[in-house]
Amino acid sequence: MSRRVSRPSTGKQGVLEGEFFMLGDDACAEGAICAGCRFFAGYPITPATEIAQRMALRLPETDGIYVQMEDELASMNTIVGAAWAGVKAMTATSGPGFSLMMENLGLAIMMECPCVLVNVQRAGPSTGLPTLVGQGDMMQARWGSHGPYSIIALAPTSPQELFDLTIDAFNLSELYRLPVLVMTDAEVGHMTEKVVIPPYDEIERAERPRPAVPPEEYEPYRCPPGELVPPMAIAGEGYRFHTTGLTHDERGYPATADDRVQWSLVQRLIDKIEKNRDRIIRLAEDEMDGAEVVVVSYGIAARTALWPIEMARAEGIKVGLLRLITVWPFPEERIRELAGQVKAIVVPEINMGQIVLEVERCAAGKVPVISVPHPGGGIHKPEIVLAAIRRAAGRESDL
Amino acid sequence: MSRKEVRLSGFGGQGIVLSGMILGKAASIYDGKHATFTQSYGPEARGGACAAEVVINSQPVHYPHIVDPEVLVVMSQGAYNRYVPEFRESGLLIIDMDLVTVDEQAENHRILSIPATRIAEEMGQRVVANIVMLGFLATVTDLVSIDAMREAALTSIPKRTIELNTRAFEAGLEHGRKAMAAGVSG
Repeated sequence: MSRRVSRPSTGKQGVLEGEFFMLGDDACAEGAICAGCRFFAGYPITPATEIAQRMALRLPETDGIYVQMEDELASMNTIVGAAWAGVKAMTATSGPGFSLMMENLGLAIMMECPCVLVNVQRAGPSTGLPTLVGQGDMMQARWGSHGPYSIIALAPTSPQELFDLTIDAFNLSELYRLPVLVMTDAEVGHMTEKVVIPPYDEIERAERPRPAVPPEEYEPYRCPPGELVPPMAIAGEGYRFHTTGLTHDERGYPATADDRVQWSLVQRLIDKIEKNRDRIIRLAEDEMDGAEVVVVSYGIAARTALWPIEMARAEGIKVGLLRLITVWPFPEERIRELAGQVKAIVVPEINMGQIVLEVERCAAGKVPVISVPHPGGGIHKPEIVLAAIRRAAGRESDL
Repeated sequence: MSRKEVRLSGFGGQGIVLSGMILGKAASIYDGKHATFTQSYGPEARGGACAAEVVINSQPVHYPHIVDPEVLVVMSQGAYNRYVPEFRESGLLIIDMDLVTVDEQAENHRILSIPATRIAEEMGQRVVANIVMLGFLATVTDLVSIDAMREAALTSIPKRTIELNTRAFEAGLEHGRKAMAAGVSG
């Protein structure tokens, strides 16, 4: 006798709609629910606690499941399991918890589990400044788990965008079958602003590719011809398969005898992201036409840069803003293009210089790249960014 | 409307955070402007002065924190001692007159006072002092419309307390009108 597996529904029961004056962390949770997330496993940590709190309140109202885990290792592991059980699953954390999740982030990448990991970044290293902003985990987002892989990371600047990008993160995770990182921060997570939640039926929701073959023909890591993402069976639906963090062949069995399987598997894990860069990468550009100086930034640092950018424009400096909505994969092509057009690039970020390294790599010495670092614990004072823009434009700065 | 910055301060338990939430909601949801509300976290937020910061603008708010507020609401002596010394000259200082004693540090500010906590206690519920204060604030400033503030307040409190909070809000309005009629001191 077969046992039916009971899964949370993804209907519109309990889903909010309308205009709210809402905390960023709460908007993240509501975005997840609108995206169809019905499973959250997490361990509270400032400044991400309100996401867990909101999910604990809201998931029971939307026929979902909230699990309070014993730590962040278990949290990440549990959403990997939930993904195989067929639900859209999420966890949320900050600095120390993000570090603990790195191993199982790699497991999700290797097993190709769609799920979403939100990092409300605070200032580190270690316990650092638990209540205060940082953007110091941007390189960890790219390289934090061991081994070669590609990843997707998004950086919101407001509660509304945290809502929107959490939905996008779920959709990308489903389409490309990987964990997607929402790299927000304590400023955006703990800020309250207007958030518009559209009607449930107007929200786009992507679903993972599902097997088109009967169970006896199913191979969990065989892609349809010309495609890079294999269809995903759900545990309990009659498809019997094996999955592992070991290097595996199309059948999901370990294949560790030579490096040919490793080559094709790792290459595909990278290609499914890198060959779809055009579809994945999103940028927001402001007054880029004819700009002599371009500020390249992301998240809260890009938002606060708008003030000094306006000051610089008032002084007659032609300055544009290139905001990375998608930080990973990095928009290499656009930075290369800019490097041939502008006088200098200014990169404010709330770390001691991480994404600026990518900008420098792509600018390849063609144009000066000015880093505007901040160790965290606060946001850039506008005059600091203004001074860098003036310097970039070749103006004397009295600061 | 250009950028306006407001700090609401007091001690924990006075509903200062909710007040900031209501002010921001009034501006962004009911007045159709942009508003960003932030609050202090961390050890400094425990016990001593507690503050809510609201930025209101007809344009999107780029910089989320207040830099040089023009309105400072003070509902405790601790908050007075902490925030008044750095408050700008000619800024509007609004105090709960029974809880705050003004000294020479405030001599360059415009000062308006209301016994918000006493009014709330006379209604039998000290917890609505913040709503009294918001009624007052809506009347004596042009930060948000009175209707928006009322709507934001009454949609942010438990439904069973609507009647009490409505009275508290109206009492604040009434005091605000009187204060405006009497002119601003300071």
